[in-house]
Amino acid sequence: MRVVLKIKRFNPERDREPYWAEYEVDVEPVDRVLDALEYVKWHLDGTLAFRRSCAHGICGSDAMLINGRNRLACKVLVKELGARITVEPLRGFPVIKDLVVDMEGFFAKYRAIKPYLINDEPPPETERRQSPEERARFDDTTKCILCAACTTSCPSFWANGEYIGPAAIVNAHRFIFDSRDRGAAERLAVLNARLGVWRCRTIFNCVEACPRGIDVTRAIAEVKRALLFSSL
Amino acid sequence: MYVGRERPTGGFELFAWFFMRISGVVLILLVLGHLAIMHVINTVDEIDFEFVAARWRSPFWRTYDLVMLWLALLHGLNGLRMVIDDYVHRKGWRVVTLTALALVGFVLLTMGTQIILTFEAPASRATAGLP
Repeated sequence: MRVVLKIKRFNPERDREPYWAEYEVDVEPVDRVLDALEYVKWHLDGTLAFRRSCAHGICGSDAMLINGRNRLACKVLVKELGARITVEPLRGFPVIKDLVVDMEGFFAKYRAIKPYLINDEPPPETERRQSPEERARFDDTTKCILCAACTTSCPSFWANGEYIGPAAIVNAHRFIFDSRDRGAAERLAVLNARLGVWRCRTIFNCVEACPRGIDVTRAIAEVKRALLFSSL
Repeated sequence: MYVGRERPTGGFELFAWFFMRISGVVLILLVLGHLAIMHVINTVDEIDFEFVAARWRSPFWRTYDLVMLWLALLHGLNGLRMVIDDYVHRKGWRVVTLTALALVGFVLLTMGTQIILTFEAPASRATAGLP
């Protein structure tokens, strides 16, 4: 099957503006978009830059805008998209080159919500035990791979890049509702700020974008509710 | 979820968010009622000074309009504040736009409240100096 890959390219050392480049690629229908991109890089134009690591939907490196939707290039099959495939870098981040974006601000917000177990009680002899129900409470948000597909699909984030964004809130949720963790207060304080959780307008783009199927807007709503009910 | 340590409480953004939810629900009822009375049950031809004066003889309708004024205005102002927060990033412009918003809001709220609270319904059109 022959497809046309239309890729938004930009090299800050050479280009003043991003431009579209088209490549014709022969692929199998069950090839992934990532395979097509690799074909371009390896056989047609070695200057094309994109990130990928595991290539199996776990590392979260190759999130990009494919046919107008945020997806992982390694999880979308060519046959799902048809003969013309447009690929752009994630929106809302500075472009370093081609499909590679600067995610420093994204990870700074991730670090701001303290994404690690906080518990200064003396460790028990065996382990910190948890019932299946307690574990299920935050199961959904453990699935995040930090690909930034949710945050860069969020209009609130596009409008104001200082907004902490859905990905950071999802990862805060993962610890706030963990029965072993004692850091909920610190995390909720960060999320209660002007650019915290209240910027969310429940647009649901994040839910649609998440390649892991996380119910992101629900997680955000649960954090809002936790803040509200601890204040009432 | 562990609740032993003190949790963050309150905060203006939390209050503003909650206010939008509550005022939104209340406004649906108030505004639908207002629309029904002023535009559906009574046509625009029937509504004149006398009509409004008659309504405002009752404390119920004054309270109704006062609550609607405050909720609608604050709801709208907070919505605009969010838009400014989203799209106006330069500090100087933020100060200018937010100050203008607060001023406009204060003037409208004060004028509206003063009229609703101090309006004295004349006995008839003639005493109000109207033709």
